Amino acid sequence: MTSNSGKSLKIVQLYPRDMNIYGDWGNTLSLSRRAKAHGFDVEIVDYNPEDSFPTDADIIVGGGGQDSGQSVIGDDLQSIAATLREMAEKGTPMLVICGLYQLFGNEFRTIGGQVLPGIGIFDAVTVGGEERLIGNIVEESSEFGTIIGYENHSGLTTLSGTTEPLAKVTKGEGNNKDDEFEGARVHNVVGTYLHGSLLPKNPAISDFLIQKAAENKYGEFTPATINDELVEKARASASQRPR
Amino acid sequence: MKRMSRPVTRLIGQGVRYATKLRGGGSAFPGLVMEKLHPDFVAEELAKLPRGVVVVSGTNGKTTTTKMVVQLLESQGLKVFTNRTGSNFVRGVAAALLGEMNLAGKLDADIAVLELDEAHAVHFVKRVKPQRALLLNVLRDQLDRFGEIDTTRRMLAHVAGATTGTVILNREDPRIRSLAENAPEGTAVKYFGLSEKLRKMFPSDDDMRAAESPVNTAQLAPELPAADVLLKDFAGTSATFQLGSEELNGTINLYGVYNIFNAAAAMALTLDVMGDDADRSALMAELANITPAFGRGEALTVNGQTLQLLLVKNPSGFRLSLASADARDYATMITINDAYADGRDVSWLWDVDFHSLQTGGVNMVSGVRAYDMALRLEHEDVSVAAVDEDLDSALDQFIKNSQGKPMRIFCTYTAMLAIRKNLSKITDVEEIS
Repeated sequence: MTSNSGKSLKIVQLYPRDMNIYGDWGNTLSLSRRAKAHGFDVEIVDYNPEDSFPTDADIIVGGGGQDSGQSVIGDDLQSIAATLREMAEKGTPMLVICGLYQLFGNEFRTIGGQVLPGIGIFDAVTVGGEERLIGNIVEESSEFGTIIGYENHSGLTTLSGTTEPLAKVTKGEGNNKDDEFEGARVHNVVGTYLHGSLLPKNPAISDFLIQKAAENKYGEFTPATINDELVEKARASASQRPR
Repeated sequence: MKRMSRPVTRLIGQGVRYATKLRGGGSAFPGLVMEKLHPDFVAEELAKLPRGVVVVSGTNGKTTTTKMVVQLLESQGLKVFTNRTGSNFVRGVAAALLGEMNLAGKLDADIAVLELDEAHAVHFVKRVKPQRALLLNVLRDQLDRFGEIDTTRRMLAHVAGATTGTVILNREDPRIRSLAENAPEGTAVKYFGLSEKLRKMFPSDDDMRAAESPVNTAQLAPELPAADVLLKDFAGTSATFQLGSEELNGTINLYGVYNIFNAAAAMALTLDVMGDDADRSALMAELANITPAFGRGEALTVNGQTLQLLLVKNPSGFRLSLASADARDYATMITINDAYADGRDVSWLWDVDFHSLQTGGVNMVSGVRAYDMALRLEHEDVSVAAVDEDLDSALDQFIKNSQGKPMRIFCTYTAMLAIRKNLSKITDVEEIS
């Protein structure tokens, strides 16, 4: 029995109906199982356009979408932007991938010339590119160690201001073709292009999100010992795969 | 280079094809030689066929549906040319053409029925305008190649736009249904579909996110066009089709509910080709004779037990394949490779619902990405008896430990090829030339 028992965490999935391509469910599933393994009760709440926003979320996760999905959720995202910014500043842990990572920046200029406004949690601008950056990717983060996944995006993201990259790419492309960085970090928010799915093979990120959520809500976090043997083997084979 | 004359081109191609066969493998290579020597060869030959060219495309079920169409048309007395090897590139078609022509250079066929992958279909229709196109579905597949589902739809829009006679569309798939807009003026549009009762068994990717989601995009559609062939009902292997006002029953001996729906697609196309000449009861009788395409539910016999090979390549296909049988009746192996032909990205495995395996468990997980698969199953509380990345030793163990149960192996494309090769040492496996 860990000291987290009897405590609960609420995970909110942003736009699972429209932004769920590339195994995003794997992230929510993996995060909730990890939190349970640490002893928490977990509630998963879906947030779709026009739902009332659950401001008591302990962790927020959001996924990738097709360009069409991004247009569908664009207006709704603006309507909850102020709430999300405030929660991010107060330290609510969040993980946003691909399409929502782009919209968590300042703006996304599509290849068709359309400007989708972002919500400015990251100081980042994304510009649609001609070419898709696709393939296995491995990167090094000072916070999370080696991060392993798969990238598939045409948007090229450039960070500025106080937004730090998530990691330095050792295999693959990352945010853009010019610098060697991938993803973004600010407060307790993680943005990344990696799917694969990300969290099953990168439990260090799950643990970070859970720890921050527990500390916000209960003032403490006691990690449980979790057997990651299968995770280690999957990481070992995935990191060896060609681009 | 000066273009070579046709007979010379063809004879060189046929020579290369023969030489390649002697060497073993490389089914598209002779076609590549042909294409370089005489780029319009395929278009010129196919243009001579009295009933023209049919293109079958979409993300799931092309190979099986093409096989069905060929068999149905043959049952009506037509001579059909097809790219049977599954080497579905333009040059694969050229290679197949060479194989079918006699030395005088005549292609003895009434019609060509060609399975073309979405991207290759786009190139193909630039050269050869098909009389008919049968467009099956746009499911999440090969995103590492095409990027997005909507890109795949755009490719099929090119195919619809180049079709001169009839486009036949799956009315249950919103991305396919909307291709009616892309059919040129004068081209007829026909549909195959599902009854309301069956629709819930075929969720689309848009409502993939979960069994608990009651919303089905097809159901939300304001008004579905009338289906020329409707799959009304089925139980086990018997199916009821509605063809206009007529109801017909048939037997389909193929694994999986999706194959029964593919039969509706194949019927719709066949009826369009045959028009008033169609012998409907003969078509229904022929359905029962259709055997699975290579690796698509193909049943082999190993140690007196059946072993089924089930090709999986995207979430919908895998999920439907799982839903088609009771897991407790089978020993189950899953083999996931990530070569280009399998799809490099394995994240789609996270969009497959593996609940149905919780009762029976999985006997063996193998392939290059065996541990990704095992991790996926662990997340779904499915027990896994063994994991072995090496396919040959995994297959050996799996067969030994199947305890007299029928076996099934869910496998990605290159894994399937490797398993067939391995099994050909101990049982009869049909040669694919």
